[in-house]
Amino acid sequence: MIENEAVLAQQFEIQGRDFNHAGNISTTIKEILQETGIPPSIIIRTAIATYEAEMNVVMYADKGTLYFSLAPDSIRIKIDDRGTGIKNISLAMKEGYSTATNEYREMGFGAGMGLPNIKKNADKFKISSCPGKGTTLEILFFLNNSEGQ
Amino acid sequence: MNLKKIKKELDLKILSSEEGLDKEVSGAYTSDLLSDVIANSKKNFLWITLQIHLNIVAVAQLKELAGIIIVNSREPDSDTLKKAEKEKCLLFSTEKTAFEISGKLYQLLKGK
Ligand SMILES: Nc1ncnc2c1ncn2[C@@H]1O[C@H](COP(=O)(O)OP(=O)(O)OP(=O)(O)O)[C@@H](O)[C@H]1O
Ligand SMILES: [Mg+2]
Repeated sequence: MIENEAVLAQQFEIQGRDFNHAGNISTTIKEILQETGIPPSIIIRTAIATYEAEMNVVMYADKGTLYFSLAPDSIRIKIDDRGTGIKNISLAMKEGYSTATNEYREMGFGAGMGLPNIKKNADKFKISSCPGKGTTLEILFFLNNSEGQ
Repeated sequence: MNLKKIKKELDLKILSSEEGLDKEVSGAYTSDLLSDVIANSKKNFLWITLQIHLNIVAVAQLKELAGIIIVNSREPDSDTLKKAEKEKCLLFSTEKTAFEISGKLYQLLKGK
């Protein structure tokens, strides 16, 4: 992935199963971006991808760190978590596939659309996982063209 | 159509503060799955759901929805109400089912 000099970088800790603070990081990032004059359509795509990634850490991992950086030409989000990891990534990427528990489903999670939503909204998306250890997501948004949607 | 008119026509109860009732509604989406709402709702939509967990407020904020209609008279817990208040998210409640309220709202927004 393209690495460029960041004009802004921030890192956030995510705690597994902490549903009360879940979603706060994407809100914060949205607020930061809204002060920069980046087009609203890019901001909303970034917030959506961040939210879905954040929720997956809350639900399926013990803890994680989200790295946010803004460069002149791109927004980069990287999420590293420690948890169960994903055995079969192509299965996890399939719309409708979910291992959400009944408890999570009662809260409205488990459509199996989180990872597909990230992919759909990102300009570049990379996922890798080590079963039993954790998962890493890298999500990139370009600021200067209309690639993606 | 603005929220004030919709609230009156559908006889909705408001659970949050009334601030923002002059907001225009551009459509609606009915679903109880958060990621589905994230994928398929649009800015200034009303969201019809039976979900009451505080995550609904985050989703409404994320997608800049006009508000949330909670069906079947379900009562959100105090955390959800507090967060809605803080984030200025409009929360409504109805005793009707998702099917009934969606049908009524559809008629109202599409005329006839
Ligand atoms: N960070 C993660 N660590 C471990 N497993 C994960 C992680 N992220 C996703 N998964 C696995 O991939 C599956 C699909 O994830 P996805 O976000 O697409 O759907 P979901 O979280 O189950 O439901 P939704 O996001 O629609 O509420 C999950 O059910 C889970 O099994
Ligand atoms: Mg998910």
